[in-house]
Amino acid sequence: MPAQVVVLGGGVGGTLTANLLDRQLGRDAHVTVVDPTGMHLYQPGFLYAALGKANGRWLARDERTLLRRDVDLAVEAATLVEPDSGRVRLAHGGSLAFDYLVVATGARLVPEEVPGLVEGAQEFYSLEGALRLREALRRFTGGRVLVGVAGIPYKCPPAPVEFTLMLDQYLRGRSLRDRTELTLLSPLNRAFTIESASQLVQPIMERRGIGLETFFNVETVDPSAGTVSSLEGDTAGFDLLVLVPPHRGQAVIEASGLGDGGGWVPTDRATLQHRLHERIFALGDATDLPISKSGSTAHFEAPVVASRITSLVRGTAPKANYGGRVMCFLETGDGRATALRFDYAHPPTPPTPSRHWHAAKWAFNRLYWATVPQGRIPEGRGHNTPSVERSPT
Amino acid sequence: MTTTTTITLDFKGLSCPLPIVKTAVAIKRLQPGELVEVLATDAGSVADFTAWSKATGNHLLEHTSDAGTYRFVIRKG
Repeated sequence: MPAQVVVLGGGVGGTLTANLLDRQLGRDAHVTVVDPTGMHLYQPGFLYAALGKANGRWLARDERTLLRRDVDLAVEAATLVEPDSGRVRLAHGGSLAFDYLVVATGARLVPEEVPGLVEGAQEFYSLEGALRLREALRRFTGGRVLVGVAGIPYKCPPAPVEFTLMLDQYLRGRSLRDRTELTLLSPLNRAFTIESASQLVQPIMERRGIGLETFFNVETVDPSAGTVSSLEGDTAGFDLLVLVPPHRGQAVIEASGLGDGGGWVPTDRATLQHRLHERIFALGDATDLPISKSGSTAHFEAPVVASRITSLVRGTAPKANYGGRVMCFLETGDGRATALRFDYAHPPTPPTPSRHWHAAKWAFNRLYWATVPQGRIPEGRGHNTPSVERSPT
Repeated sequence: MTTTTTITLDFKGLSCPLPIVKTAVAIKRLQPGELVEVLATDAGSVADFTAWSKATGNHLLEHTSDAGTYRFVIRKG
């Protein structure tokens, strides 16, 4: 009897884990991916879509075309996980039995949690939102633009900074920059959580006349007045407001009692096992790990999950550990970018923004579909760095 | 120094900027003058809480560290 492995979620983490398991275990495992849409989205592309630089096949593909032939795909929503009986209930009434479950369900946007956000703010964290924002920018003729986040944690921490810097370039290209006041709202006293990245980015913002409003934790938006208020008691006016919506874990995690208060899966930082259920693994945005929610995190975690499940199926001791490795590009506009590479033990030391890193990001954007989901980009050396009690700030 | 705090916020294990953001949410519900105790393990939290208190008109009364856990006492301004 092959081991039954069910993977919830057909994003980068779920797809790559499923393909690696099928490759490593062959007939010893039967792998099923459950995904409510059956479409795989390249979320890093949303930023470019909002600025009119990406569309179509660049951003979405049929998940089936990304999975190995022997991996099954169920285009269905999972509604309940029963850890004790090893079963996943599906929306249309069926169920799947599992010996091992991989939770790769990602994050859910909950803009309704901030009053006025849905009516008053734009976002680029969903494909629909990015396309709406693209239209709003096409109609934009100048005024006050505010960019920020409306909740923590959120995916791809550099994205608001990147969007601000790229929007500056976009507005210059349309001769609107001198008629626009552009400001980044930050929950901290700097542009970005990672200090070293802030030190790179803030001088660029200053040179380009981009404002920085510090300690501004968004509480409410008043769409009719065109204002946004912070927990700290400040209010700022806008003509265009771009806010990353608050995130939560998926409903199935909360319904199954598998998550914490935010719906995030309590996950062992090294083994990526659920802290209460040893046959359940989690990766990517779905976990409660204190590291970036990003595709690269899932990309580096997937080989660890696949290797550990392979060992368990084969009856050998699992050896692979996740060392907290993350790698993010950070676009600084004008065809330049930097890179943030770090793990649990090593904070990032980003290089000076250059054309090289921008070219690398573009190459990655283009190569993604043919390489990452299939496991053709090796995860590289050094991601098994031993875990220590240190996380980047 | 012993102080009577209204609430204790345990943010151990959370990474930057969650401790600051969650403190900002919690302190909103308090009356001026009330004290809040915050526990965190994030190494950047000392600098963050110092700057945050200054910028938001709250008062950082104490900050101590013990075996990797940072303790802050803040009086709502």
